[in-house]
Amino acid sequence: MNIIRYIIQKEFRQIFRNKSMLPIIFVLPMVQLIILSNAATFEVKNIKFGYIDNDKTSFSRELIEKFDASTYFNVLSAFPSAKIASSAMLKGNVDVVLEIPQYFERNLVKDKKTDLSLTINAIDGAAAGVENVYVNQIVQQFNKKAQVTLMLSGTPEVRPQNIDTIPLFWYNETLNYKTFMVPGILVLLVTMITLFLSGMNVVREKEIGTLEQINVTPIKKHQFIIGKLFPFLILGLVLLTVGLIIAKLLFNVPIVGSIALMYGYTIVYILVILGIGLFISNYTDTQQQAMFIAWFFMVIFILMSGLFTPIESMPQWAQVLTEFNPIKYFVQVMRMVMLKGAGLSDIYPQFLKTLAYALIMNGLAVMSYKKLT
Amino acid sequence: MKRFIGFIKKEFYHIFRDKRSLFILFGMPIVQVLLFGFAITNEINNIDIAILDHSKDATTKEIINKISASKYFSIKQFIDNEAAIETAFRKGQIKAVLNFEKDFGKKLVAQDKATVQTLTDATDPNTANTISNYVSSILQNYQREINKDAQLAFQIVPKTRLIYNPELKSVFMFVPGVMTIILMLVSAMMTSISITREKELGTMEILLVSPLKPFQVIVGKVVPYIFLAVINAIIIILLSIFVFRMPVRGSFILLGAESVLFIINALSLGILISTVSASQQTAMMVSLMGLMLPVILLSGFIFPISSMPFPLQVISNIIPAKWFIIILKGIMLKGVGLAYLWKETLIMLAMTSFFIALSVKKYKIRLE
Repeated sequence: MNIIRYIIQKEFRQIFRNKSMLPIIFVLPMVQLIILSNAATFEVKNIKFGYIDNDKTSFSRELIEKFDASTYFNVLSAFPSAKIASSAMLKGNVDVVLEIPQYFERNLVKDKKTDLSLTINAIDGAAAGVENVYVNQIVQQFNKKAQVTLMLSGTPEVRPQNIDTIPLFWYNETLNYKTFMVPGILVLLVTMITLFLSGMNVVREKEIGTLEQINVTPIKKHQFIIGKLFPFLILGLVLLTVGLIIAKLLFNVPIVGSIALMYGYTIVYILVILGIGLFISNYTDTQQQAMFIAWFFMVIFILMSGLFTPIESMPQWAQVLTEFNPIKYFVQVMRMVMLKGAGLSDIYPQFLKTLAYALIMNGLAVMSYKKLT
Repeated sequence: MKRFIGFIKKEFYHIFRDKRSLFILFGMPIVQVLLFGFAITNEINNIDIAILDHSKDATTKEIINKISASKYFSIKQFIDNEAAIETAFRKGQIKAVLNFEKDFGKKLVAQDKATVQTLTDATDPNTANTISNYVSSILQNYQREINKDAQLAFQIVPKTRLIYNPELKSVFMFVPGVMTIILMLVSAMMTSISITREKELGTMEILLVSPLKPFQVIVGKVVPYIFLAVINAIIIILLSIFVFRMPVRGSFILLGAESVLFIINALSLGILISTVSASQQTAMMVSLMGLMLPVILLSGFIFPISSMPFPLQVISNIIPAKWFIIILKGIMLKGVGLAYLWKETLIMLAMTSFFIALSVKKYKIRLE
């Protein structure tokens, strides 16, 4: 027991002695949490909208005003010709262009039907779909109003059947994406710090040559690994605590569920990450190799965690792969416990999987550490 | 010059001797591009939903059929009371519930109006919003169908043309982003590590007392990595063309030149990081912690920059990756040339010169 205590003491000293690392470990993640949580929204707004008005009547201007009034569209410019509009779109100055044809009003009155041509930059396919829906809604409303203003008395009134869709957003009525993103990004930051630090740890000693000194001492394998794990576990929990305080005070993220459960799960989770880190560290020769591998897994874990893009939309084989992604479970658990107030009975599948993962990874870490060089 | 060439040779030996790193360097980007290109999408597919049908008439049945026929949703369960919604959401089995009011069909005929609620689990607001949009567009279509006979007296029909990506493939959106992230991190990380490594091992001192000028030492260290990163870029571009069927509508030469510019930009950022950090550990943590999330989140790779709060839109301008993604999409998908991309190119050039100037200023010839 004493031996482990000394190793832990040594590790803590090494962390706190390196003054240039401290801000990177403690300040940088929190700054990122505060800034980056604001960035992650799929909401489509401030759409860069331009138009070509070939009709130039009060009627066509009224349609443009509808777009102006909408909060989704940022009406930027009137283009004199389609050519100039398409050049602006190539430049990326505008994403949606509406062209109102000549005799727009006259044809509508005469033929009862007229077209509008709409061009949408569809590189971001999902956004383009939403933009199309928004434009259609505005035109639809305008259409209904035109009905009233242009309709001559005596024409029989047609009443179309309407289906009203009322969207209700549970647990987060205002669709405040920050309540979702803050816990998620906090998870990422805690994971990154603990994975990178533990991944570099043993291999650094290898590179500097101090590992050999430890190898000739009577320290046992498991003592060594536990001594290495513990400081980073504490570090991860400190980061989580500071992050949760920021989430609560600055972002006003509700914490509905049990805090004890959250911490209990986090401890198991950090053990998984540390196990992966030490495993990488034991298997590599240089810090450079270790960091490349850690980076490789980190990017995959982040992008396939379901935090930024939904897992359900991935192809089946990719969904199977995400079963091995610890961040996926952490994001799910944080979301369920913090926002929905889920209890242990709700999260036990994730809990058990994470626990199994932790046992396997740390077993591998102990096994892969060889006292020979 | 001969000395300099000898030095570059030494660097290449260093790199090629470390077979493992080399394997990692070329293997990982390929795996990542393939994995992300196929797996990441911001559309929704096969979202599990539940139906709460208080009406159970022909109309609701028809709507439910329409919903389940779409590739976006798969109906997981039918529930019969409001209380069951809560349990289902809590367990995380479903993402949304459609709640049809009582006498839906009758009301639609008699009062010309009926209501359906879309309840979504908005703990993930982005997905919830998308689900809600998709449901309402399916219902809009259905409404148009049933109103065919009772048409409005006037009709304004928007004819939509989706350009640059008419099939709305999300691969087109994500491949440029994945390429940018890989090049950025690999290049910045590699140079920052290789320079601080010499510092840490003490071999930097030997290089500094050699007749090579400090400037030559740095350039000599960077040249092999430019070479490696360019090979990486070529592999990624080939993969995106042949595996993901990305078009390159603009000029290949410009695409190559811009990629080299971006690589040099990332490498010079790596040099800057190495001049301010004393150990490999610090250099790596700065390049990994400092670059990974900002590059993923603020470059427009996944999240549209125009929707972000204004201060973040301003901050996003200092992320080189943002400009490179605009350039990549411009050349590959829009097919534009330098006439349209000169501004972005200039910004990247300016950033590169800034990084280099700053590292020259910070560069110390003596070790402490």
